[in-house]
Amino acid sequence: MAEQLVSHRGELVEDRTSEVMTVNIGPHHPATHGVLRLVVDLEGEVVRDLKPVIGYVHTGIEKSCEDKSYWKVIPFVERMDYVSYFFQMEAFCGAVERLIELEIPERAKHLRVIFLELNRIHSHLVWLGTTALDLGAISMLWYCFRERDRILDLFEMATGQRMHTRYFQVGGVIEDIPRGFEQKLRSFIADMPVRVEQYQALLDRNEVFLSRTKNTGIVSRERLLELGVTGPLLRAAGEPWDLRKAFDYLAYPKFDFKIPVGTIGDNYDRYRVRVAEMVESVRIIEQALDGLPEGPFIADDRKYVLPPRSELSTSMESLIHHFKLVTEGYRVGPGEIYYAIESPRGELGCFVLADGSAKPARVHFRDPSFINLQAFKDMSTGSYIADMICSLGMLDPILGGVDR
Amino acid sequence: MPDAPGLELIRGEIEAEHPGAVLDTGFSQERAVLSIDPAHVLAVLSLLRDAPGQGYRFLSSLHAADYLPAEPRFAVHYELLNRDRVERIRVKALLDDPAANGNEKALPEIDSCVEMFPTAEFQEREVFDFFGIVFNGHPDLRRILMPEDYVGWPQRRDFPVGGEPVTFTYNEKNYG
Repeated sequence: MAEQLVSHRGELVEDRTSEVMTVNIGPHHPATHGVLRLVVDLEGEVVRDLKPVIGYVHTGIEKSCEDKSYWKVIPFVERMDYVSYFFQMEAFCGAVERLIELEIPERAKHLRVIFLELNRIHSHLVWLGTTALDLGAISMLWYCFRERDRILDLFEMATGQRMHTRYFQVGGVIEDIPRGFEQKLRSFIADMPVRVEQYQALLDRNEVFLSRTKNTGIVSRERLLELGVTGPLLRAAGEPWDLRKAFDYLAYPKFDFKIPVGTIGDNYDRYRVRVAEMVESVRIIEQALDGLPEGPFIADDRKYVLPPRSELSTSMESLIHHFKLVTEGYRVGPGEIYYAIESPRGELGCFVLADGSAKPARVHFRDPSFINLQAFKDMSTGSYIADMICSLGMLDPILGGVDR
Repeated sequence: MPDAPGLELIRGEIEAEHPGAVLDTGFSQERAVLSIDPAHVLAVLSLLRDAPGQGYRFLSSLHAADYLPAEPRFAVHYELLNRDRVERIRVKALLDDPAANGNEKALPEIDSCVEMFPTAEFQEREVFDFFGIVFNGHPDLRRILMPEDYVGWPQRRDFPVGGEPVTFTYNEKNYG
């Protein structure tokens, strides 16, 4: 307890620095990047303890998935982490494909990689814009969202939707990229490295940005690994761990790209790693586009994949397959699988338990934001409350993914 | 992923120290699976984590599943990862439902692995929240995503979808 002091004029003076005060931040606060509540113990301006309180946007998606046939789950899971929707789709579709042992065509693998990496850039742009906004660099938001809009235009062109596209199907992708898409994409990937340089020119020598990010929010590599943290946060601490390199999925082994790593794992390293990742993603897209093979964009297994529209008026068999797939859906034999991919925030795992019916018995997502949020206490304890806000931005949690 | 003989070697190593710990081994969709007795969960996990030659030091994911109507009903899954050899292994602790023996309120129990894997803290809370599986020794076992005063275990298979009454009924009353 603080002692109450009396000033020379006889007024009561509270000692406001040595007392620990519990302050509530959120759930609705612009700097929490979603609906996150933080219960913070403050000693003066220094954070002594911190508890994240989550669950405000829990919508029971995992439970609802149990009541949907497999193909209807796809648009549902997209809405968990609403910034990296392609990754949720890939995690789920990839898991189901492995359960039913369905090989997807090479062209579909390339198209998926292109859209995943576009989505990674999109996700990092949203992160960079909003985090810089938290730190007072308001103009960054407009520059980042300018490029983000071009990505959304590309999504709209190929899939018909700007967000939550439902583009990936079990077996491949729903349709081929339209004419003119390649040209538009090439113009985007030609511009993007220049834009990234511009972001860096704005931030890298910005006195305020540097003093707020350098040497703040440091957590050691060992501690991050104990806490299960993955993705750019772990790489910023110097651990070159990336599931795209470590595991063989989609067409990633074919492409030449680097894993950016940081040195000490402070907020500045986290920023540098993500910005460098955007450039690497551009390189991957370029290679995937150059090597885009001709051929089908979806597997030709009528038991799982819808027949082409044109066949419906000529082939009775196709019509029957179409009817069965749309009404009942396909059945997946009993089994369970955990399939993990590298999302913009780290290891995104999808666990699917199939019981032989047309609906999954359990769908669980190992959401990287949810796990990474556990490191927030370590990042902030002992730092100023302003640095805590910076660390939260650099942590990049998406609360839709945390709460599911 | 360890291959079939590798998995049997792991089983042998565990059995030598903790007889009866491993109930079954198998491969499910190219993933090595160790089904274990929940009483030995900490012993098995610490052996896989620390024994020389094992080194599954990273817990990727901890989640649960309800296998109703199978027996045992629940399983807690530990997706372990050896980052040096890039190998995954799944440890499945099979849990009986104590409520099946007449005691309606009894919850399945298992030891918490938070001390060994701090990453499990939120995930064990999530499993408790949705399945009502109690993790003994967890530092702060409360509901995490559902409201604190919520009654019931929503991810269990016998909990109906749509079993939750709608709280905000303004539209229903006025326009329904």
